[in-house]
Amino acid sequence: MPKVVLSSGSGGQAFTGGLSELEVEATTFRRLILELDRRYPGLGHQVEEAMAIAIDGEIHQDAYATELRPGSEIYLIPKIGGG
Amino acid sequence: MNYIDTGLKVVGTRPIRPDGVDKVTGRAVFAADTRASGMLWGKVLRSPHAHARIVKIDTAKAEALKGVHAVVTAADLPDIPSEEAFVGEGPMNFRDLSRNCMARDKVLYEGHALAAVAASTQEIADAALALIDVTYEVLPHVIDVEAAMLPGAPVLHEDMFTQGVTPKPTQPSNIAKLVSFKKGDIEAGFKDAEVIVEGTYTTAPVHQAYIEPHACMATWAADGQVQIHSSSQGHFMVRAYTAKLLGIDMSNIRVNPAEIGGGFGGKTLIYLEPLAVMLSKKSGRTVKMQMTREDVFKASGPTSGAWMSVKIGAKKDGTIVAAQQVLKFQAGAFAGSPINPGCMCGFAMYDLPNVDVTGYDVVSNRPKVAAYRAPGAPITSFAVESLMDELATTLGIDPLTLREKNAAKNGTKTHYGPVHQNIGFTAVLDAVKSHPHWKSPLPAGQGRGLATGFWFNIGGESSASVHVNEDGSVTAATGSPDIGGSRASIGMMVAEVLGVPATSVRTIVADTASIGFTHVTGGSRVTFATGMAATQAAEKVVEDLKKRAAMTWDIPVDAVEWKDGKAYPAGSNAGAFEPLDLASLALKAARTGGPLIAEVSINAQGAGAGFGAHICDVSVDKETGHVKIERYTAIQDVGKAIHPSYVEGQIQGGAAQGIGWALNEEYIYNAKGLMENAGFLDYRVPVASDVPMIEAVLVEVPNPRHPFGARGVGEVPIVPPMAAIANAIKSATGLRMESLPMSPPKVRAALDAAG
Repeated sequence: MPKVVLSSGSGGQAFTGGLSELEVEATTFRRLILELDRRYPGLGHQVEEAMAIAIDGEIHQDAYATELRPGSEIYLIPKIGGG
Repeated sequence: MNYIDTGLKVVGTRPIRPDGVDKVTGRAVFAADTRASGMLWGKVLRSPHAHARIVKIDTAKAEALKGVHAVVTAADLPDIPSEEAFVGEGPMNFRDLSRNCMARDKVLYEGHALAAVAASTQEIADAALALIDVTYEVLPHVIDVEAAMLPGAPVLHEDMFTQGVTPKPTQPSNIAKLVSFKKGDIEAGFKDAEVIVEGTYTTAPVHQAYIEPHACMATWAADGQVQIHSSSQGHFMVRAYTAKLLGIDMSNIRVNPAEIGGGFGGKTLIYLEPLAVMLSKKSGRTVKMQMTREDVFKASGPTSGAWMSVKIGAKKDGTIVAAQQVLKFQAGAFAGSPINPGCMCGFAMYDLPNVDVTGYDVVSNRPKVAAYRAPGAPITSFAVESLMDELATTLGIDPLTLREKNAAKNGTKTHYGPVHQNIGFTAVLDAVKSHPHWKSPLPAGQGRGLATGFWFNIGGESSASVHVNEDGSVTAATGSPDIGGSRASIGMMVAEVLGVPATSVRTIVADTASIGFTHVTGGSRVTFATGMAATQAAEKVVEDLKKRAAMTWDIPVDAVEWKDGKAYPAGSNAGAFEPLDLASLALKAARTGGPLIAEVSINAQGAGAGFGAHICDVSVDKETGHVKIERYTAIQDVGKAIHPSYVEGQIQGGAAQGIGWALNEEYIYNAKGLMENAGFLDYRVPVASDVPMIEAVLVEVPNPRHPFGARGVGEVPIVPPMAAIANAIKSATGLRMESLPMSPPKVRAALDAAG
């Protein structure tokens, strides 16, 4: 089961009552969002609008289909822009 | 397909830049160059106060003036609710964006727009602005970030309650958000440290200082179709934001990208476009608007100024065991400073076990900040890399050795979570060590500084199409405005895939109705992401060309290979046929299936992070406090340089902007909260005589996630300069300059204070 870490700067812990690490049964980023929102209403929207996902080190943005592996370490971090 | 080790013939060469002739002959059409029949001139009335309530706006006299065709205020724009979205270069609240384009209820900074007119001449428009009667209730203002955070400070937004604080505050505040990033156990780390150094640093807000002011031309046609010509870093962004602010369907807006005269992040949001569209709607005429330089400074976004404290603990051998930072970033009048990347980038170059970073996003009566090259990273790195230099001095360790000892490598877990992969920081440090500049003896009277920098780089949504024209020449179209040479790099990647010379491919920037959605040109993403889309489109064309050749020769398609711009039979068993080149296949396209074209839209992932290191030698005039840059070398991992000259140009440009940020640039406010240096005479960007030849050294550690190994290159080079220069000044004078800019009066004052 992938382990999800809500980076303390992501704003996600406001939805989880301060929990920063979760285990979530999900095989894609989209399913992860749906499951997070089911457990913590509003967190899914926060993830979609303001966060990027780092899976085993690599940062992905806005990619529902991104696959999650059982042992993956997943960080939800602030979405990154640039100039 | 991955081409990194395939013997590249076009990628990595230096063809003449495709936009060069138009630009040097003055023929390139920038937004301010556009004209239309019957066009009106739009002008904006801006606030003379730093903070005031708008009691009344009376536009009757202006509307009655002969030659005035329309006047708009916030009453003409929808009062849209608060809604966060990520369409441009960062989280954007559309309510704030709307109120930044046109003040509603309150003006929040000098220069804040509160009315606009359209008139037949610029002079009449100016006269009309003078006839608009505004009644203000002037309010107390606050400019400084720390003053804005104090209890009792004038509050800009009564509905702003600090996010990230538990329990939710009951009183409004200028602190929009508190964020923190933690790794390990910071207290245990400092207990374990044998040496601890600390410092407090400030940076001034600086403007991107693009030479071309914001400009646009808009037409609202009788059938409700809207045309916009504007200069921006993303015409799809212009379409989306304008549609949102005015309540128009995106399909009814077509945005044509003008040639852009610099952006550096500052053109990733809109200011004039919704006003021009509404003026056009009211007047029934095309309306053109352009900012003056004063408008650009006072009403478009600089980047944040900041207050920062940093504390680092290390073992005597230089191993860092704890790192802590507090950052307070000015957001301007609306929330949204680059506080998150500021918190994430400062220590990203290092492998650290215990990190604690806290950031504050703070509003004050300044223009709303906009992105500026690696937003937040140069600010935070000025503090961290200055203190790294102090740590090296305290430990008696060479500053390069200290960085090598703690350098992030593949597998290093960052303090914000992700693990670094495929990075080239150690290769950059190796290049520093072996570079003649680093090895050369320091001339008498000079000081030498070293600093490093990091930027994430991003991918994202991009669209590109490749057309083989009837004569075999090729047109590549993308949705990415070209601000850094992307027409060249994209054309070269397409040429490489097709096996033709770079000059055979003409790359254009297509408008919003002519190509698929493409995210803004920012985050150093275009050569990476749009280049990936264009490469895939070219590959599709090659597959199609092979099918056409197979059809022509009446052989299976897998018996055809594409090489050097021609189709060949794949081996003797396939048959004996003369090769078919692009022109031959294009000529017969009608017989083999129709036009040869492919379009690809992707959401590119796998942008490789970028690292750089800058070496700077300075001399300091102890009578005037003037700092002269004597020698400057910028070393950067660029993945694979598609067109090395453009990459070097990006690095030199970033370093030059960083030199300005370090030595001269700042917003100066008087006691009334009014900017006193809104022009290039008083806001001094570096000129040619201020900057030596900047030697750009390209380190190429290929990014395996890009077909040619490319990484973004445009943002990293502005990250190290401020600290590199501060460290050089320390080396030359013994003075630690902790406040930017390190301008002559401040350096002189520091010299005087030191006796």
